[in-house]
Amino acid sequence: MGLWFRYARVALMGQFSKRSNLVVVTLAQLFLTLSALAAALVLFGRFGTLAGYSRDEVLLLFGIAQVSFSVVELLARGFDSFSAILAQGEFDRILVRPRGTILQVLGARLEFSRLGRALVGALILAHALRALGPAMGSGGPALAAARYATVASMTLGSGAIFAGIFVLGASLAFLSPDGLEVVNIFSDGGREMSQYPLSIYDKALRRFFTFVVPFGCVNWLPLEFALGRPGASWPAAFLPFAGFAFLALSFLAWRAGVRRHVSTGS
Amino acid sequence: MIEIRELRKSYRIRERRAGPGAALASLVRPAWREVEALAGVSFSLSPGEIVGYIGPNGAGKSTTIKVMSGILVPDSGVCVIKGRVPWKERKAHVAGIGAVFGQRTQLWWDVPVAESFELLRAIYRIERGTFRKRHDELVEALGAGGLLGSPARSLSLGQRMRCELVASLLHGPDLLFLDEPTIGLDAVSKLAVRDFIARENRERGLTVILTTHDVHDIEALATRVILIGRGSILFDGGFSELLAPHREKGVERALAELYGELGIA
Repeated sequence: MGLWFRYARVALMGQFSKRSNLVVVTLAQLFLTLSALAAALVLFGRFGTLAGYSRDEVLLLFGIAQVSFSVVELLARGFDSFSAILAQGEFDRILVRPRGTILQVLGARLEFSRLGRALVGALILAHALRALGPAMGSGGPALAAARYATVASMTLGSGAIFAGIFVLGASLAFLSPDGLEVVNIFSDGGREMSQYPLSIYDKALRRFFTFVVPFGCVNWLPLEFALGRPGASWPAAFLPFAGFAFLALSFLAWRAGVRRHVSTGS
Repeated sequence: MIEIRELRKSYRIRERRAGPGAALASLVRPAWREVEALAGVSFSLSPGEIVGYIGPNGAGKSTTIKVMSGILVPDSGVCVIKGRVPWKERKAHVAGIGAVFGQRTQLWWDVPVAESFELLRAIYRIERGTFRKRHDELVEALGAGGLLGSPARSLSLGQRMRCELVASLLHGPDLLFLDEPTIGLDAVSKLAVRDFIARENRERGLTVILTTHDVHDIEALATRVILIGRGSILFDGGFSELLAPHREKGVERALAELYGELGIA
């Protein structure tokens, strides 16, 4: 942990040495989030509800997706941009240092410009939680606490899935030297998609994003419970942990990738 | 200190063909070509030696260095360094070696050099008192005191190399891999780097493996040279011995003629 803070300090100093760049990128990130939010609001201005979900219910998912994605992008940028680390020979330098590869790759890139985006996401999340307060608080304090805890675990689980996608993408980079654009379908695409309840999408797509990349487990399935919908049962509150299983599996792929790199040298 | 026997390593390289049709074909059924980088390399090193490891590009130098650094597993053969097999105990092994790759920096580009050193202290878990002592000695020996506040990106090549040397020795390794340490340096910096390495070797018994194309580095530092060509060791002995037949032409030309004779130029 001490080492990670050292990495964070160096990354922060480096980014502050190019202050104007940091400001521009942070603002750009902020506007990206705001424009996605505007699109969602226009949609609701026109239709009122979406597949049975109110505006604030969807904004809850929106906030979760934005916060988890931007925080993971800040923390795990090294895995997200791993093909560059590999191409520049930086990974060989990592291997000649007496620490684990995961910590060193995390420390190699920290993208503080994503804080702007995280902040907007957090504000949206706070707004949605306040608006949904009465529904989430109904049925006694124990149930209410369980619902808020579910929102927290949805956010963490969603972050774990994004991190897992980055780690899987990095593992694939060992096989193909060029950056794999296809990974963005899952990371950026996953973020765009999980801003809305997955129940609005086609069945095949929904199944893929529940059983393969488990966005469904941090999205509409536990959402029903968190919102205090009738008929929603508490086991759904544990589904977000599927995100951590996904992350754990992606680290197995990472280990295989490192082993392959060390035995092929390319 | 280093025991290497019959080290072999082949790479599989994907053949690229021209044209869109061929590109598609190589995607479906890639054509591979085997390249033998190490064809049975053997040598051993005693503590305190400075060895020049030379040979033309593509001869197998960096493959050997990668194996010795624990970042590449050979196909077969033995490599034991200080009682350890590098790739089997990577962390324990690399904690005791230093590496300077002249063309690539190990410093963090945008922050003052002193911050890079502090980060290395954390990475290598160097106790603060020990760190202070080594840091001050190395900085003093290389005259790097005035550079500590500047970011690596603003240093000249010579200044940066002094800092690279500090960085590679902060954790007190007794084995140092030096790859092209004087490439692109002016005469003053070159001499400073060579003097420093000679002194570390003399006073601390630092073992050095020097890979370089600069014959003057070898001449100034190495008592022994190992020549590799096409993955095999072609010569292992004194530098003057190696060049004896061509000596009168000067070291540069002598080595070039030798490469020509051996068919590895």
